[in-house]
Amino acid sequence: MNHLPLIIKREYLTKVKNKSFIVMTILSPILVIVLITVVAYLSQLNNDKQRTICILDETGLVQDVFKSEDNTTYNILENMSLADAKELVRQTEAYGLLHLEGSDHLDSISGHIKFYSEDSPSLTIISNLETKIDKKIENLKLQEKGVDIAMIEASKTNVNINQESFDGEKTSKIDSVVKLFFGSAAGYLLFMFIIIYGNMIMRSVIEEKTSRIIEVIISSVKPMQLMLGKIIGTSLAGITQFIIWLFIGGALLFTVSIVFGIDTSQAQSPNQQMIEGAMQNSNIEMQVQDVFNSLHHLPMTNLIIAFLLFFIGGYLLYSSLYAAIGAAVDNETDTQQFLLPVLMPLILAVYIGFFTVIEDPHGTISTVFSFIPLTSPVVMLMRIPFGVPIWQQVVSLLLLIGTFIFTVWFAAKIYRVGILMYGKKPSYKELIKWIKY
Amino acid sequence: MSNILEVQNVSKNFGSFTALNKVSISVPKGSIYGLLGPNGAGKTTLIRIVNQITMPDSGQVFLDGTPLSGVHIKDIGYLPEERGLYKSMKVGEQALYLAQLKGLSHKEAKARLKYWFERLEIGDWWNKKIQELSKGMAQKIQFVVTVLHQPKLLIFDEPFSGFDPINANLIKDEILKLREDGATVIFSTHRMESVEELCDDICLIHKSNKILDGKLIDIKRQFKTNTYEVGILVHNKETLEQELSKKFQTSTASFKTLGEELKLNIKLSDLEKPNDLLSYLCNQGQVSHFVELIPSVNEIFIQTVKNH
Repeated sequence: MNHLPLIIKREYLTKVKNKSFIVMTILSPILVIVLITVVAYLSQLNNDKQRTICILDETGLVQDVFKSEDNTTYNILENMSLADAKELVRQTEAYGLLHLEGSDHLDSISGHIKFYSEDSPSLTIISNLETKIDKKIENLKLQEKGVDIAMIEASKTNVNINQESFDGEKTSKIDSVVKLFFGSAAGYLLFMFIIIYGNMIMRSVIEEKTSRIIEVIISSVKPMQLMLGKIIGTSLAGITQFIIWLFIGGALLFTVSIVFGIDTSQAQSPNQQMIEGAMQNSNIEMQVQDVFNSLHHLPMTNLIIAFLLFFIGGYLLYSSLYAAIGAAVDNETDTQQFLLPVLMPLILAVYIGFFTVIEDPHGTISTVFSFIPLTSPVVMLMRIPFGVPIWQQVVSLLLLIGTFIFTVWFAAKIYRVGILMYGKKPSYKELIKWIKY
Repeated sequence: MSNILEVQNVSKNFGSFTALNKVSISVPKGSIYGLLGPNGAGKTTLIRIVNQITMPDSGQVFLDGTPLSGVHIKDIGYLPEERGLYKSMKVGEQALYLAQLKGLSHKEAKARLKYWFERLEIGDWWNKKIQELSKGMAQKIQFVVTVLHQPKLLIFDEPFSGFDPINANLIKDEILKLREDGATVIFSTHRMESVEELCDDICLIHKSNKILDGKLIDIKRQFKTNTYEVGILVHNKETLEQELSKKFQTSTASFKTLGEELKLNIKLSDLEKPNDLLSYLCNQGQVSHFVELIPSVNEIFIQTVKNH
């Protein structure tokens, strides 16, 4: 008798009807949006803060580069001793004092610059000042050697290499960014999905054990069916939750940005800023055009099919391991020692994805780890937007499926024996023994 | 085929530990079969093998003449000793789910559940969650779920634990009624008085081996010692006691009477007839008590286990 649909239905309904599940489904996107809004708001506040920086330039050579900007006012002090200047800055409660010691020689200026302030100054401000001074001294040195600055400015060029593959496909830097975005999103989504819903499966197995209903259930169904039903039912509940999150999150984000007029994109990581830095050279219109172009260039069909296959394969692989862990122990506190070896390859995969694949999507490390079954779903999903030969995808997928079947078999063995074992926490040695039962 | 269940030479090892060693039992159709044994003897393993939860290493199991397989799931109702239900699921939903797992259709399961819930007067529990019920109440639900699909073979592991005397009686009557309706009951328990009361056949498992089985009445005959418990009113108790101890093997007995009788257990040899003893005693004084000592299941249990 095939009870799989019945089990899936029960698992799904119990999860979805669960109060904490409902609360989490509704509350999480709200919390995340509130958090983003607060961070964005705060960083806006921070940027808006007016600062006054006093400049005491004893050389008199550099001070003219400091022109007051949006939220930084430069106050140039003249004919004053350092002590007086410090006193003045303290009294006027200015942000800080930049002191350039007097020197006749351009080379010796750079070694004698100091910034005085009440608290340690922000890194951005210091590097901002450094850039300004660097540039000025550089220009001065050039002038000293008799070079015409205007000529240098005029001869500056902005090269933008147009990339094209041998097949005639045009690519660009933005292309890489878009690919990176798609790859990382897919990999990260899988990672999150495994962590959240794998745990949910594990808890559900433990619950059946602790409530002692398990023996009644498995006198009616095969443990394998129960395990698969659990995994599939929980995944469906997870997909439901994700879709609701997407809708609520999207709607909220839209509302918030309209109502408060806060540009949420300000709450961005330095990483993103770097990427944007790479794109700064071209103008906005061209960028939008490029993004669409590169979207068009993405191997979409391949991406979607591979995403589905690797996502399902990877998720099932890990969730069967989670189910086995749940079956091996009596309560959640005992799961730690078994969770670690499961989480390690997963975290490794994400690290490799974010560091190595970004660097070189077809390098040795990326390629190797996109074949190893426990890391391949995440790493391969990140690589695919950059174009992976079909044979590699197929081999990796076959390896994944093979491992998946083996893992399910292994997990089912542990599960079958474990669900009826109560009392002491099993060791790895005992787990191996269970397989022979 | 008169046996509903035939277990033939079943062995099961867990690593180096032998849980069952070539155990064979036959459960006659329509009987109440007591599966007895000390803790850790292997009863639960045997029951799990019959339920196809664990597979035997060797040996065969036949249900109603055919080798045990997946189709038999619906023919067996199992109430495990370690029982429980989903705590946060509603009683009705849960019972429906479990019944459907046993192969009933949704509609059929619902109709039968309504019938049972009314019969046990628990109809208003339908929408309650298990965690809101007491242990005894949950046990009742579990009992209903076990018998709902009208299995041919019912296996109860300690069915009365957790019940108050009234409910235990109610369940006992239900078990007897199920037997009348044609079901066979396997009954694993440590409560010997209920074995005494209910079982037609018993089997005793000790240290992974079957050490005794058969009809309860045959086993009792086999274990009887030809001992009679006697109470007699005489003037001179000591003289009679000495006289009797010369003729028979005697020992003092203790039972409650209304007078000051001489109380003895008298063991007869195979040649001596109880009637002769009785008429002898009648001549000595007034006999107020004369009973053959039938070994209780409890005594048989302890004696057999100790001898092994």
